[in-house]
Amino acid sequence: MSPLNRKLLRDLWRIKGQAGAIALVVAVGVSLLVMMAGMLSSLKETRAAYYERYRLSDVVAPVTRAPLSLLERLAQIPGVAAVEGRIFGGALVDMPGQAIPIRASAVSLPTHRAPRLNDLYLKQGRMLVPGRTEEVIVLDSFAKAHDLMLGDTLTATMNGARRSFRIVGFAMAPEFLFTTAPGEFVPDDARFAVLWMNEDALAAAFDLKGAFNEALLSVERGAMPEAVLDAVDAIVDRYGGQGAYLREDHMSDRFISEEISGLQATSVVVPPIFMGVAAFLLNIVITRMVQAEREQIGLIKAFGYSDFEVGFHYFKMVLVIAVAGAAFGCVLGLWGGRAMAGVYQTVYHFPFLVFQISPASFVTGVGVSVLAASAGGLFVLRRVFRLTPAVAMRPPAPMDFSRSGALNQRLKSWLDQPSRMVIRRVMRNPGRIFGAVLGVAVGMGLSSAQLSIMLGFDETLDLTFGVIDRSDVSVSFFEPMPAAAVNAMKHLPGVVEVEPTRAVGAVLRNGLHSYRGSVTGLTPGASLSRAVDNDMNDIPMPETGIVLAKALADILEIGPGDMLEIEVLEGRRPVLQVPVASIAETLLGAPAFMHMQSLNHEMREWGRVSVVYLRVDSAQLPALYAELKAMPSVAGVTQREDARAAMQKLMDTGAGAMRYVMAAIAGIITFGIVYNAARIAYGEQARDLASLRVIGFTRAETAFVLLGELAIVILLALPLGVGIGYALSFLIAAGFSTDLYQIPTTFRPDAFGTATAAVVLAALVSGWLVRRDIDKVDLVATLKTRE
Amino acid sequence: MSETEHTFTTRGLTKVYGSGEAAVHALRGVDLEIPKGEIVVLLGPSGSGKSTLLNIVGGLDRATDGEAFFEGQNLTAMSDRDLTRYRRDHVGFVFQFYNLMPSLTARENVELVTEIAEDPMDASEALRLVGLTERMDHFPAQMSGGEQQRVAIARAIAKKPTVLFCDEPTGALDSATGRAVLHVLNDVNAKLGATVMIVTHAAATAGMAHRVIHFADGAIRSVETNAHRLSPDEIKW
Repeated sequence: MSPLNRKLLRDLWRIKGQAGAIALVVAVGVSLLVMMAGMLSSLKETRAAYYERYRLSDVVAPVTRAPLSLLERLAQIPGVAAVEGRIFGGALVDMPGQAIPIRASAVSLPTHRAPRLNDLYLKQGRMLVPGRTEEVIVLDSFAKAHDLMLGDTLTATMNGARRSFRIVGFAMAPEFLFTTAPGEFVPDDARFAVLWMNEDALAAAFDLKGAFNEALLSVERGAMPEAVLDAVDAIVDRYGGQGAYLREDHMSDRFISEEISGLQATSVVVPPIFMGVAAFLLNIVITRMVQAEREQIGLIKAFGYSDFEVGFHYFKMVLVIAVAGAAFGCVLGLWGGRAMAGVYQTVYHFPFLVFQISPASFVTGVGVSVLAASAGGLFVLRRVFRLTPAVAMRPPAPMDFSRSGALNQRLKSWLDQPSRMVIRRVMRNPGRIFGAVLGVAVGMGLSSAQLSIMLGFDETLDLTFGVIDRSDVSVSFFEPMPAAAVNAMKHLPGVVEVEPTRAVGAVLRNGLHSYRGSVTGLTPGASLSRAVDNDMNDIPMPETGIVLAKALADILEIGPGDMLEIEVLEGRRPVLQVPVASIAETLLGAPAFMHMQSLNHEMREWGRVSVVYLRVDSAQLPALYAELKAMPSVAGVTQREDARAAMQKLMDTGAGAMRYVMAAIAGIITFGIVYNAARIAYGEQARDLASLRVIGFTRAETAFVLLGELAIVILLALPLGVGIGYALSFLIAAGFSTDLYQIPTTFRPDAFGTATAAVVLAALVSGWLVRRDIDKVDLVATLKTRE
Repeated sequence: MSETEHTFTTRGLTKVYGSGEAAVHALRGVDLEIPKGEIVVLLGPSGSGKSTLLNIVGGLDRATDGEAFFEGQNLTAMSDRDLTRYRRDHVGFVFQFYNLMPSLTARENVELVTEIAEDPMDASEALRLVGLTERMDHFPAQMSGGEQQRVAIARAIAKKPTVLFCDEPTGALDSATGRAVLHVLNDVNAKLGATVMIVTHAAATAGMAHRVIHFADGAIRSVETNAHRLSPDEIKW
């Protein structure tokens, strides 16, 4: 080994603490990169493999009732690869010991063959025996949530008839990755079931002998699914087609896509910040080292080593730290990615997991960290090149502060000498100070943004279940019900207040812009399910016209007074033309509201109600549930508290859980930068500080000179950190927000207050740690060394 | 003579670095009396203990054993806080490498001390004494080595110290600048009455001292007093 390399190893050993800290920052950045890239590709690959293996359809076309012969016509549409017809109906499952009835989807399986599309993965038990109408296969996640066993009996109400079934198997399916009851968007394994049954049995239950009510189509490779969509709609229209939709509009797939794009957003924003921080720290540490080793550098050059050889020697140190950090980060990322992918597998009910970490992410990780570190190191190498042997052999001249003297006169009147030292140091090295300020600010911004988002999630919950939905129980119906039926609900046990709403699934169109969602009809003065604006005020429902959320109006590029086309997806599927009455800044999502009467009027379905919100005497809930279970028209019953708990769970898993990790990491980084800034300031001034002590300055007075600089850095960093945090919170919230739920990004004084307190605390701890060094400093030794 | 008539008195002053077989005895029971107002030069080869003695009586280091008194106060019994107080009120230091604050001008470097001292002279007066009136508002980076050393001396004398410690004050200077510095030290002693203790390798410096103490192996080998003191100009460099 060459002597220079031996020196390199010993130097690295000497600065092992700092080198380790920097390598760790690199490692965290690379591990996030590798982990997220791994999770992303695993999630995508698993989804793709699962969809392909179990033949998930590209297009779903729900109809009211169509003859099986229609399937052949659908198969002839150019670009269609395969067609399957099935019966898909709603059911209510009555679990023993559970008062509240549970929503379920009942899905038919062909009698003598496997489904051509939307196959299921049998996890346990066996497939259905043809002809046995009492057999069901139950969704695995639901069975687990209720500890169901093979052979158990299950009671369900379908189309008003109550029947018992025997469980013969547990299964998973790609269309139920994310299990939400129709009309709800918070998944809850325990509150939603899927029952697969023999075609004949289900046809009998829903009176669909020789017919189907849902067509599934797959599209040939290279064909345009959108073109198929129109052709399908044209064919099924007269059979009560409710608008064919693509796989990406399917709730389950949509959720996964949202999750993937959320991950993608985070993976683009966060790792580069870590790389930047690492580059900055490396730059400072190596600069400091070169300064301290001027004599050695001069000596080595005097021996005849070239500038390049000496420069490369120091560059190698940068490389070693960066590569070691990156390598550790890869291992960490691999491990973390594997663990996270496992979590995803359970959350999303994948039967298998294609764990894949692309080698590209390793290469990117190592490459980026080496580049970042080199950028940090290059500035230093310039100094090495500039040193001539003779210059290097003399002690360094005192740092020149003469150019910072301009402020002298103004400063002099009100600053003592120690304060002048602090101010001049800051003004002498504005770049370095700015670097430290930026580092602390970015760390703080990252933590405050994460905190902001976390609080935003919680606020979403509070708003959804405290301000918008104030009911105890909501009841939805299979078909819109006449108002009289709703009034009858007032007489059910324990019901204190009844509030009807009408929700209509629809595609909203303005010219080329469209949005698939729903229109909600509210009664004026609604208090259990409300439309509220940003300021928590009720949005008034106009007599005519529609009120659009700002987010929705932006998507549709529409304004007040314009005509909106509403393509209703249920009943006789009318296409309505409704004027936009106003645009409201809503708290959540992208809703569209109408006066209930006005909506029903447009629909030509007067006095119809689809969801009823109830305020209930909680003592009488069991009696109420018992009655509701017996009502054939009831599609589902939701208790507000259950919905809230499910939403909380959703936000605490998956990408939601990442925010805790991020906040913790951001906190560590902030502390790292603050501490490093204090350490380096100490390293540079150790001699001056010792001189002050010798002259007769007390420890506290000496510490002021050192920590004054840190205080200025922190004071400058705080407002900048707030700004960066505010901007980052938008960026991250935009990544996490979806059509389904939106993260409000308002300025949150509590988040920034907490982050500020954390930074100040980090500064205090760092200051205390470094001050201990001042106390321990060997005055004699410091004065004897020539720097 | 009583202890209060001496600036320093030491009894059995011992300093040991390390322990066991690796122990280095820097001072081996030094007994010494230094009268007020003298210029004392400590001579001896490297490692003979002269700097160690200076550091202990200067309040920068602690003895392993023995006692050291400053005007009757026991330095070896003082707390860290008291030692800081002692350095602040009574002691001026001049070092081989000046140890100026690069971020302060010459005048400000002196004011650094006058701000915290009890009865200091004016900073410009101190700089005038060392002949730097013209260069008061320059930063260390804009000054020569000799000028920087004179600022360091101005800083040390501005508090009107009882005692001035100089560790190789001319070690980094050429002969002309070195002489100028010695002149300043001579003046400080004559005009302010401060006791001046100079540690040096340059034996010729001894000519200007009242008293010369020779060190070897951590002990005093001999003490001599100069009947006739030389002026710095007469010293052979």
